[in-house]
Amino acid sequence: MHPIQEPAQANYWLMQGRTLFLILDVLGVAFFGFIVAKRMTPLLRGQKDARWDRPWTRLGMLGKFWLGQWKQPRYRGAGTLHLLIFGGFILLVTRAFTVFMQGLSVNFVVPGLSGEAGRIYGIVTDYAATVVFLCIIVAIIRRLLFLPARYEVPLEHRKADTADAIFLLSQIGALMAADALLEASKAAFQTQQGQPTEFLAVLSLAWMFKGAMLSLSLPTLQNLYLGSYVLYLLTFFLLLCYRPFGIEFHVETSLFSVYFAKLDRQTIKPVRWGVSEEHLDEVKSFGVKKFEDFTWKHMLDFYSCADCGRCSDNCPAHAVGRPLSPRFLTRKAREYSFQHYPVFGRAGEGPNLIGGIYSEDEIWSCTTCGACEEECPLLIEYIDKIVDLRRGMIDDGNVPQSLQKPLKALESRGNAYGKMEKKRADWTKPKEFQLACKVPVLEGEQRADTLYFVDSITSYDDRMQAIGRATAKILDHVGENFGILGAAEKDSGHEVRRFGEETLFQALRDHNVEAIQATGVKRIVTADPHAYNALKHDYKNMPPVEHISQVIAREVKSGKIQFRPVENKNDVYTYHDPCYLGRHNQIYDDPREVLDAIPGLKRIEMDRSRDRSFCCGGGGLMLFYEPKEDQRMGVKRVQMAAEAGANVMVTACPFCMVNIEDAIKVAGLEGKMTAIDLAELAEQQMVRKTPATVEAVEVAGTQEESAGGR
Amino acid sequence: MTVEILVCVRRVPDTSENEIALNREGNDIERDDLVYSINEWDNYAVEEALQMVAKAGGNVTVVTVGGDDDEEILRREMAMGANHGVLLCDDTFEGSDGRGIATILKAFVQKGQYDLILTGAQAEDGGAQVGGMLAAMLDYPFASLVTSVEVRDGKTLKIGREIEAGNKEMNEIDLPCVLSIQTGINEPRYVGMRGIRQVASLPVPTYGATELGVEAGAVGGSGAKVKRVDYFAPPLGKGARMLEGSQEEIIDELLELVKAKGGLK
Repeated sequence: MHPIQEPAQANYWLMQGRTLFLILDVLGVAFFGFIVAKRMTPLLRGQKDARWDRPWTRLGMLGKFWLGQWKQPRYRGAGTLHLLIFGGFILLVTRAFTVFMQGLSVNFVVPGLSGEAGRIYGIVTDYAATVVFLCIIVAIIRRLLFLPARYEVPLEHRKADTADAIFLLSQIGALMAADALLEASKAAFQTQQGQPTEFLAVLSLAWMFKGAMLSLSLPTLQNLYLGSYVLYLLTFFLLLCYRPFGIEFHVETSLFSVYFAKLDRQTIKPVRWGVSEEHLDEVKSFGVKKFEDFTWKHMLDFYSCADCGRCSDNCPAHAVGRPLSPRFLTRKAREYSFQHYPVFGRAGEGPNLIGGIYSEDEIWSCTTCGACEEECPLLIEYIDKIVDLRRGMIDDGNVPQSLQKPLKALESRGNAYGKMEKKRADWTKPKEFQLACKVPVLEGEQRADTLYFVDSITSYDDRMQAIGRATAKILDHVGENFGILGAAEKDSGHEVRRFGEETLFQALRDHNVEAIQATGVKRIVTADPHAYNALKHDYKNMPPVEHISQVIAREVKSGKIQFRPVENKNDVYTYHDPCYLGRHNQIYDDPREVLDAIPGLKRIEMDRSRDRSFCCGGGGLMLFYEPKEDQRMGVKRVQMAAEAGANVMVTACPFCMVNIEDAIKVAGLEGKMTAIDLAELAEQQMVRKTPATVEAVEVAGTQEESAGGR
Repeated sequence: MTVEILVCVRRVPDTSENEIALNREGNDIERDDLVYSINEWDNYAVEEALQMVAKAGGNVTVVTVGGDDDEEILRREMAMGANHGVLLCDDTFEGSDGRGIATILKAFVQKGQYDLILTGAQAEDGGAQVGGMLAAMLDYPFASLVTSVEVRDGKTLKIGREIEAGNKEMNEIDLPCVLSIQTGINEPRYVGMRGIRQVASLPVPTYGATELGVEAGAVGGSGAKVKRVDYFAPPLGKGARMLEGSQEEIIDELLELVKAKGGLK
């Protein structure tokens, strides 16, 4: 009877295990270090990025999105699989370390994991390895037989995707199997000899292997034990060093991508980090034109992308056949970086990105709705990259003709429509409206507590002016002391910034900031989510900003706003979340509370709602852009509402209104579907204060009647 | 082989950003609150010049006859990439007719060495006169409504011209020459405030009548042989009707009308 020979003591060919493994470990780690260093080269050549602030918030993000895998369950099947594999990996890190050390020193134990704790840890890792192994098998089967559509790769990018995935998965599987074999062969050896043996968790992979190996001869078990150790080590290093060549690199980089993730998501990155606006004129080139114009964090994103396809699965541009897929935006950049910054060989200058790996239409196709960023489990940023690429095109004068006129008009007239400044307040001019509601222009001595920031489309578009009037009537009804800027207001510039025309945006913003500060208002209300987002996040030193839906919701609670019941009880309402109210500002509940406060209003949710809302087609300058697409986003959205069983779409954004009303016509749903703005609906259903008594009594009467009728 | 190109440009009220109305006197449009931009055809001409120079080498100079306000469009075109901008400005130039403008430009052309002179096919508030007259005064060959230009050698250009009924003809034309450029010949690049700011410090020389050697009597109001005597919106013709109301109402009414006349079934 003799104890099993440990790998550290054994002789492998002519070398003692301890020496062999030391050499292997050093080589493996050094090679991995070399590859990672090569992969970091472009990051060192990238632009600055300010990501070193707010460490506690960042650690919190790490806990939630990395360790907690917060976004994973948004896709049930794949998410669960990933959670299990990730959890297994985390547990197995110490196990791998122990195995390593045991190759160098017999009976090595991680401090704190001796005795009872070690036994429990052993059981947990046995199960973890088994779970990971099973998940890997499921993942392989899924890849081979049930490949989800979002993993599809268009022909021009066709690479051995599935083969690569399966190779990686089988490597992980092999690692788990080697680990189990290592434990099982030792346990079988010891059991045969009647020696005390480490407990193997029942039904774990190691436990099953042991059962199968009990009848093998002692020398065979000894050889299996020593052999599986080498197998474990080699698989581990193969996996480690192969990862930086593909999507599996995310195992390492995700930790950093999540820690350094963008914290202020609602605004756009500065043109160059570390260059103040006053010094922008000294910057030679704006935006991203060549790969090295990306910031190091954006380059890191390219490595971290796991190619899960969730971004493109939710991208409205992709859904309607525009030439944009966020997944490939990243993937093409990663391939570019691998090609021009190879691990073996010299780094070389590559071609410009536009015309090289991206097309102009691809970059103009994005509505900055944020669906991709909402979905990405690794918090990869897309909007900033798109805007940076657009800045580069703007700087080169490379702008579609359809956008040049509105940009020029924004420069000379302060609105994209080229309308006269002095007509900006004309929406307040209709006689009936002026009798019902006074909307003072805050100029000269005219003062107010609240500014209603109207913005261009509501000021000038015939249809959207109704939203402006409804908003004013609501503010008037709740007793708000408010006014507008009139001719002194210019476009908020929200889309100007997001289309990459930063200089023009800053001019518009500076003009508005000055005009707003001159009025001395204490707060700002707007009915346009794009203006809301600009005022709240792009502008600085503004008084508090509210969207009208927040005002209505508050005043419904306070009792200042009361609604009469809907006239047609058969109407089914659904609320469409505007991107810049919902996803970008998390205002999901206020509009819904308002709708639910209207007596008799039947409301249903579309499949895609709240943070999965589907963009209507985009606002601001996007209305002028002529995309290449198979279908309009709005049409798809209207069809979603129809499928959900709604016949009234409520939204809270003038741009959504443009797109949805157009889409209703294009989809041939006229007469079957209508669209209304939340402010219009609220104003229409509001119980008026004047002439107070008459109407209130009437409404009370109808309510009593209907109550009695039930 | 390089080409030295002169592009003659003009600043006009931007028709897409203004509501053009007659003034009270009825001799001009109401010019308060107007925004101006470069004449659209001229912008295409500058873009074409820049593309030619990018291929063949050379310089692009933009020139305009006007006042201090007109410098703005020269800077815009310089931001696009034009190498030089020149303002031809003199009190005696005011009120020039087309022939007067051509006379001033001719004097400027003769001060330099240009292989090619481009103008827009017409100005938004003009009559497509200057290009042809300038060519005649210089005794240069002239092609109008040009929709494509190809630099061949240093001596000739191959140009395409738009013909009524959608046809196109190709010509060879000797240099130096004058071409009037039609819109759609290219896609002019975008110029924003940043670009204009970057050329803000570049000099824009101004030449007056004396520098150019232009006789005061030949240009300006006194030299003009074409004079505007009236300016008005034409009265409604027989059977014409202006639709009024909101956009929706106008569209609805128009649809009704078209249906009533059998245009839509």
